[in-house]
Amino acid sequence: MRTIWTLTKRELHSYFDSLIAYVMIIIFLGFSGFFTWIYGSDIFLVGQASLRTFFAIAYWTLFFFIPALTMKSIAEEKRSGTIELLLTKPVSDWQLILGKFGGNFIIIAVALILTVPYIVSVASIGNLDLGATLMGYLGLLLMSASYIGVGIFASSINNNQIVSFLTALLVGLFFHIIFGVLATGVGGTFGNLFNYLDLNTHFESISRGVLDTKDLIYFLSIMFVGLYLSVISLAKRNLN
Amino acid sequence: MDIQIKNLTKRYGVQNAVDDISFEVKTGEIVGFLGPNGAGKTTTMKIITNFIASSKGEVLIGGKLMSDDAEELKKRIGYLPENNPLYDDIPIMDYLKFVAELQGVPASEIPERIKQIIIKVGLNDEKHKKIAELSKGYKQRVGLAQALIHNPDILILDEPTTGLDPNQIIEIRKLIRELGKEKTVILSTHILPEVEAIADRILIINKGKIVANGTAKSLRNQAQSNEVLKVGIDGGETNEVFESLKNLNSVAMVDFAGRNTNKFHLESKKDMMPQKEIFELCVEKGWFITELTPIEQKLEDIFRELTLN
Repeated sequence: MRTIWTLTKRELHSYFDSLIAYVMIIIFLGFSGFFTWIYGSDIFLVGQASLRTFFAIAYWTLFFFIPALTMKSIAEEKRSGTIELLLTKPVSDWQLILGKFGGNFIIIAVALILTVPYIVSVASIGNLDLGATLMGYLGLLLMSASYIGVGIFASSINNNQIVSFLTALLVGLFFHIIFGVLATGVGGTFGNLFNYLDLNTHFESISRGVLDTKDLIYFLSIMFVGLYLSVISLAKRNLN
Repeated sequence: MDIQIKNLTKRYGVQNAVDDISFEVKTGEIVGFLGPNGAGKTTTMKIITNFIASSKGEVLIGGKLMSDDAEELKKRIGYLPENNPLYDDIPIMDYLKFVAELQGVPASEIPERIKQIIIKVGLNDEKHKKIAELSKGYKQRVGLAQALIHNPDILILDEPTTGLDPNQIIEIRKLIRELGKEKTVILSTHILPEVEAIADRILIINKGKIVANGTAKSLRNQAQSNEVLKVGIDGGETNEVFESLKNLNSVAMVDFAGRNTNKFHLESKKDMMPQKEIFELCVEKGWFITELTPIEQKLEDIFRELTLN
């Protein structure tokens, strides 16, 4: 556990020492803030004391934000050769992947915590359903966990950051919309299957304020599969 | 702690990068891996440090199987990988702290350890710089410092002196020799004088196989069965001297050492010492000896001989 935390701290340091974290968080807050408060179907247009507008926006900003964050996590270690340093220390492949996951997850959590003023503002305007709002945040965190899993996997399969970014987006795109589109187009068993695989279905149900174990299992399985495949991809160095 | 390597094989596709090698390194011994590029030195080191798995064979450290107890055994090893990979964007002190934490050094001892190690490798004046700001020689010292931070029993150094200037090379060699007094060290290099200067024993690897194993001296003896002498004789006519030397009982072959000189290369017959006969010949003919030096076969020649075929 100490090892994982050491790796997580190192990951956070590398983000915060190099501006990446600041730039990312500013872009995230800028985009989400702009569309939540100023432009389009913003909170004032909707006219409800609810953060559902923000959740709908963050659903998309995080989709792009996360691959940009995770793309360097393993790819950069492989490119610079530092992965050899890490894995010849008493660090197992799983510890390395979990450490990376921790660092990325904390950055996302920090970005989301910085939107707490939104809650305060909306709560001061009207009668905010705090339970549903917290569930919305939980939904965003769970979605982030899934996409970080996917992103770390994409980062582990090669040592080029751009390729990692695009791979993560491509895989994410399936969960984000393609399965949803397929679900409406295809009926029957496949329709149900696609509907279950669609991330939006699960996100919607959580952000409406309903916490179903089915949704929890969905998000955590994507995360787990992503991390598991990353570990396998690291172990590939033994084969060739 | 000693290291035992048993029948190690690493296959890449159809090619064997490491081909069934076995050797032992005793506690407190410095062993130099010598071999041309691509001979399998780095692969062997990566397997010993458990970065990659072998296709076959075993690595035993202190009598324990690496494959059984990797997390525990890795704590006993300090490793400087080839090309010395480092994180560029952080200060030396933070980097060493990170490595010490990963190595499981108790938090209370870390500042003291870092202080000691920085002095030991000669980084004290640079310690507040970021790694990216360091010259190559200093980066190499950071690489060594991270390998030593947890005071390991075993040091594995992959080409520790590449890219350093001659002064730095001498300093690093001195440091390694000093460390080798109490630690078990394996280092690889393709610089021949280096292994001679540092290592107690030399392993020459070629095409994944060990082709020679022994001290520099024993390798010389092994490669050089007949003694070769450089002889200079003056006071006589060159061709006469040449002919007389050739007719000596103990001499197998004579060659001119250069044009228009009375110097010769002379190879003795097996297990015979021609010095006495040369002396007697000179006394008899009234010549005098200007030079009589045994020519040691250089390690370079042994290396070429063993790795070129």
